[in-house]
Amino acid sequence: MRQFDQELRDLRDGLLSMAGLAEEMIDLTIQALTERSRTKAEQVMAMDRGLDEWELKLDRLCIDLLALRSPAAGDLRLIASSLKIVPELERIGDHCCNIARRATYVHPPILSSGSLERLGQETRGMVRMAVDAFIGSDAGLARTVIKSDDSVDELYGQIYRELLRRMMSDPLSIERASHLILVIKNWERIADQATNIAEEVLFILEGRSAKHPYLQGDSVE
Amino acid sequence: MLNPGVTDMEIEDPRPLPEPALLQAPPPATGLRPASFAQPDLPLTDPSVLSAPTMLRVDRLNLFYGEKQALSDINLQVARNSVMAFIGPSGCGKSTLLRCLNRMNDLIDNVRIQGRVLLGDTDVYAPETDVIALRKRAGMVFQKSNPFPKSIFENVAYGLRIQGQGDRTVLEEAVERSLKGAGLWDEVKDRLKDSAQGLSGGQQQRLCIARALAVRPEVILMDEPCSALDPIATARVEELILELKREFTIVIVTHNMQQAARVSDHTAFFWMGKLIESGLTEKMFTNPGHRMTEDYITGRFG
Repeated sequence: MRQFDQELRDLRDGLLSMAGLAEEMIDLTIQALTERSRTKAEQVMAMDRGLDEWELKLDRLCIDLLALRSPAAGDLRLIASSLKIVPELERIGDHCCNIARRATYVHPPILSSGSLERLGQETRGMVRMAVDAFIGSDAGLARTVIKSDDSVDELYGQIYRELLRRMMSDPLSIERASHLILVIKNWERIADQATNIAEEVLFILEGRSAKHPYLQGDSVE
Repeated sequence: MLNPGVTDMEIEDPRPLPEPALLQAPPPATGLRPASFAQPDLPLTDPSVLSAPTMLRVDRLNLFYGEKQALSDINLQVARNSVMAFIGPSGCGKSTLLRCLNRMNDLIDNVRIQGRVLLGDTDVYAPETDVIALRKRAGMVFQKSNPFPKSIFENVAYGLRIQGQGDRTVLEEAVERSLKGAGLWDEVKDRLKDSAQGLSGGQQQRLCIARALAVRPEVILMDEPCSALDPIATARVEELILELKREFTIVIVTHNMQQAARVSDHTAFFWMGKLIESGLTEKMFTNPGHRMTEDYITGRFG
């Protein structure tokens, strides 16, 4: 295998390792939240360092490849998009920490059963699909991720309204509800991050930006 | 707090979500979009190139060296005041096609050409076409700089002299204009009588460009003009190409992919005498349409 191909493989492998770590953090965050586990919450926060390390390493690799290999076409798109996917993954880690830090403040439960879990699971599913779309070069799956964002946004809106109602009827719940609002906001942001990753996957595969379709005179089917 | 580096204050929201209205259904996400927003306009290619009139047109061109077919059914257009780069592996036919554009292949025995080449409105291969006049309109710069063993002045004035121009003032004006056009004037203006062979390789190549400019061509054909030059001389010639296209139309054959990317508006990729793909250079180098083009420009060919 050519040296350059090996370096591109290293980049893909690195991205997959980083994405795998982000997914593990999401899983553990969901557990920390449902189990009110301080230990798991602390584990999540400790894992963030791993994502930060990957970010430095992969940024460096991408810059080196751009400087030394003059990549073109598909190689160029992979490297350019990697430079954008890496910070999205790093941000997912930050949001997980924000959620995990509140894992013990949001109980006893004040939300109708299951809605918070559902938000976490749907978001988690979007991240998994985005990563799978990258691994499998699957444009259809990437488009599914982008479409799924609306459903997470809607769920976020529902929970937000439920929390507002709760705070109005029960002022003693305000502290917990405030934490919960930040928790759901962080989940919603992770879903956005998954959407951004899916858009980059489409750029890698198809060579045209999938961002802001309304500015490009078409829509993402 | 275990990780003080992470705070909620860091949550920026580049994907703004409608803040759910109090006890009301959130508006649809599309409501956020600005009603009108100018399309960001970042063309790498001057848009005028896309609508410019055609300077060169190749229609169904076939070329044979004896029995061997060197070009097969080439169709191509070059817009006025643009730079077209021909790329492809050795033997792909790119230099042969370049030489068809001003009938340099006439000099080779055993060549048979079918099809049509138009330079402006002139049918290049029509029997009545004056080949000398044609080559005046489409000058050529070669891989190896080939100054005549004459002074710098006489090298540039050569084309006009063989056209019969003897007026010293006219010649001086043309030499100065051409040397300035080739970015060489300041370096040689005090030694125009010196032999051209004393110039550096990069200067010699720019002298050959000046010589081509002196007869006021419309098209400049360049066959690997920088392959013998160091990176600094190469950069000067590339800058020159970008300046020259304001006035001329340029076709350049190059083995240097980055050079094609840097100087050309359009790129054409050839393989085994066939035009595989041509298009806007930025499209060719970020998202080529053909697998072979992708393999070639990413160095995976063959």
